[in-house]
Amino acid sequence: MMGQGRLVAWGIGLTALVALPFVYRDPYHLHILVLILIWSFAYTSWSMMGRFGLVSLGHGGFMGIGAYVTALLWNHLGLSPWIGIPIGMVAAGALALIVGYPCFRFRITGHYFVLVTLALSGIVLQIITATRDYTGGSLGYTPNRASGNKLLALQFDDKITWYLIALAVWLGGIVVWHLIDRSMSRYALEAISEDEDAAAAAGVDVTAEKLKITLISAVMTALAGAIYCQYQMFITPDTVSGIAVSLQMVFAAIVGGLFVSLGPTVGAVITILLAETLRIGFGTRAVGWDNLVYGVLLVLFIIFLPKGILGSLLDRLKPQRKVPRAHEQKAVQTARPGT
Amino acid sequence: MQAFLDIFDIYLLEAVINGILLGGVLALLALGLNLIFGVIDVTWICYAELVMIGMYAMYFMVQYYGVSYFIAAPLTILLVAILGALLHYLVIAPLLTAPPINQLLATGGVLFVLQSFATVAFGIDFLNLGIRLPVLAFGDMHFSYARLLSFLAALVGMVAVYLFMTRTFTGTAIRAISQDRQIMALMGVDTKRIYLITSAIGGGLAGLAACLLVLQYDVHPFVGLSFGPITFLICVLGGLGNFIGGFIAAFVFAEIISLGGLFSDLEWGYVLAFAFFIVMMFIRPAGLLARRR
Repeated sequence: MMGQGRLVAWGIGLTALVALPFVYRDPYHLHILVLILIWSFAYTSWSMMGRFGLVSLGHGGFMGIGAYVTALLWNHLGLSPWIGIPIGMVAAGALALIVGYPCFRFRITGHYFVLVTLALSGIVLQIITATRDYTGGSLGYTPNRASGNKLLALQFDDKITWYLIALAVWLGGIVVWHLIDRSMSRYALEAISEDEDAAAAAGVDVTAEKLKITLISAVMTALAGAIYCQYQMFITPDTVSGIAVSLQMVFAAIVGGLFVSLGPTVGAVITILLAETLRIGFGTRAVGWDNLVYGVLLVLFIIFLPKGILGSLLDRLKPQRKVPRAHEQKAVQTARPGT
Repeated sequence: MQAFLDIFDIYLLEAVINGILLGGVLALLALGLNLIFGVIDVTWICYAELVMIGMYAMYFMVQYYGVSYFIAAPLTILLVAILGALLHYLVIAPLLTAPPINQLLATGGVLFVLQSFATVAFGIDFLNLGIRLPVLAFGDMHFSYARLLSFLAALVGMVAVYLFMTRTFTGTAIRAISQDRQIMALMGVDTKRIYLITSAIGGGLAGLAACLLVLQYDVHPFVGLSFGPITFLICVLGGLGNFIGGFIAAFVFAEIISLGGLFSDLEWGYVLAFAFFIVMMFIRPAGLLARRR
């Protein structure tokens, strides 16, 4: 069903992205790009649920589980991240089911759902802090440097490898998004977000559909956490878990636009560039300023531009419902320098 | 063995009583949040951050300008009440017709703003009031005077709000709006004004909580995160907007934290409380005192 023009645009865009590190290898800029890609993937994962009105503030918890389970298994049991990451993802998925099932079964929606998931990220943060003998508590945690095979330990020194890994993961996220976008689940979930009773009456299995999307979203977020941990080689409860991270996801997704596939990516580009610019511009005096700007922007966006930058741009660009992908690409391009 | 049991009992009793004392302040916070949810149908995610700003206000007035504690306290309550009204006027009012999730997320944005404002303006140092209240010894048990005072003040605050809600016209109007927000406008009640007043009262309660918490805890920009989430849990456990449920849930939570802290670290007390919360969501998803349907 994908139009010819779209396909070509994606092809060109991807080729350019893959070729980029071989042409341009400034390590700092590559580092920023890797961060953007990893966080974009996390934000995309969040939006999978968020776009259907399932606003979760528990994704900080899932991300923390992905990161910490992988790192703990590596350090304490010597399990390679190749096994540790899937275990972390399964753990996050199990937690999502445990919390999600009663929520959806007993129809906890809206405020209640947000607050229950908020509790979830609170629990994960407290558990990581409380088990400080193993996790290092709030001081953070460093996976041991691999002595042998780098590939087995998923630790690479050069940025180009990481860039390609992050790109692949990010692309995987976008592909999953499109698969869901084309599936029946999407229509079911849209119906549910409009009116649960009506959807149930029309034969939609509300609990199962919601659980499915929550599971996908949680597992992907855990993967993002694990990749982030492997890349940074240092995690603290505050950078990968907790309420601040959850809110950051919500914020980026909303700023970029959570109803379009590249929206969360645009959100990541904007937030990370904003934070970096402030950090470089103001140095240590910038502590706090980036969040201040985030917060003000978040409030302004929700009041004036609830569809996000990319979503609103697309609305403006297209008179008809379907838009060629090339326009979307252009929208991303125009959204970037304006930050 | 007998001696061990004696000591154990004393500690247990002490933990139970400390839990009750902690519950008072938590109940106060839950009351403010419940009030706003019940009337305006909005959850202020940034509620604990208002308390944090209030604590800073107390710190600067008492420590920096040498104002007496008892003069600074009403000023702080007033300041946070104004902040609450402002929050409603600037952020919530434009979003009243938006989906509820957007209102909630907008207050999440305010959380970021307040937290980072505190970081930028006051730095990330831990500050404390420098008032050391004596410890009460009662038999073999020790209670912090500050906690006792907080408990009593929280009770007084709650009774005052109760009287206001039941004995005054405005209070009655607020309760009526929480029952049916469409009809009240037709009955000649200015809903906008009532919303502003409610927000100010909610802010005032946060201010009172700030005055009490500043006696026990150090102030830093992220202090809100240490009791904010627990307040939300209490409100959900009691049933959002249900005052009595919130009141009971506050004490249940405080006991769990206090007793959990007795047997292990304080964090495990919190973990236990969180786990209890999730179990309760299975059993009573609409809150402790939910009417059976």
